[in-house]
Amino acid sequence: MPLHVHVKENPKNFRRFDAFWTPTILVLDPDGKERSRLEGYLPKDEFQAYLEMGLARIDLARKAWAEAERRYAAVAADHPDSVYAPQAVYFRGVSKYSQSHDHHDLTRTAAELAERYPNTEWRTRSLPWDSD
Amino acid sequence: MSVSWIKDADEALEKAKAENKPLLVDFSAAPS
Repeated sequence: MPLHVHVKENPKNFRRFDAFWTPTILVLDPDGKERSRLEGYLPKDEFQAYLEMGLARIDLARKAWAEAERRYAAVAADHPDSVYAPQAVYFRGVSKYSQSHDHHDLTRTAAELAERYPNTEWRTRSLPWDSD
Repeated sequence: MSVSWIKDADEALEKAKAENKPLLVDFSAAPS
């Protein structure tokens, strides 16, 4: 469902959604709750990954773990060089663990991040999951 | 592929809820 808000035609909606810059993109869940915000431009492939991450975030927020895992796995597989790929790997692990409650799922995720995306914020966030 | 943008926020929010669909909001200075 796409909503376009023009800065000059509808400034009150900028305030309503706390937008102060263009372009700004929001992904809202069906109840209108913000699940993702992008401020600034992205090239096409990165923007596609961003949108898929937004949908995955909606699944994550409603604890639809299997759907979230599938979406994050798709981002990681289809956009491996995207800035969103490490985050997708991280939350794919979170989604998988939330179903299995097997800490090995987190350990494997940390190992994958260390190997594929070693110098990223998401690898750093996964450090507590490292095996001994 | 063209996108049929909704211009009214309340209408978009109501439709998203009624159809149980996510909502993409584009704040822009460019014409849609």
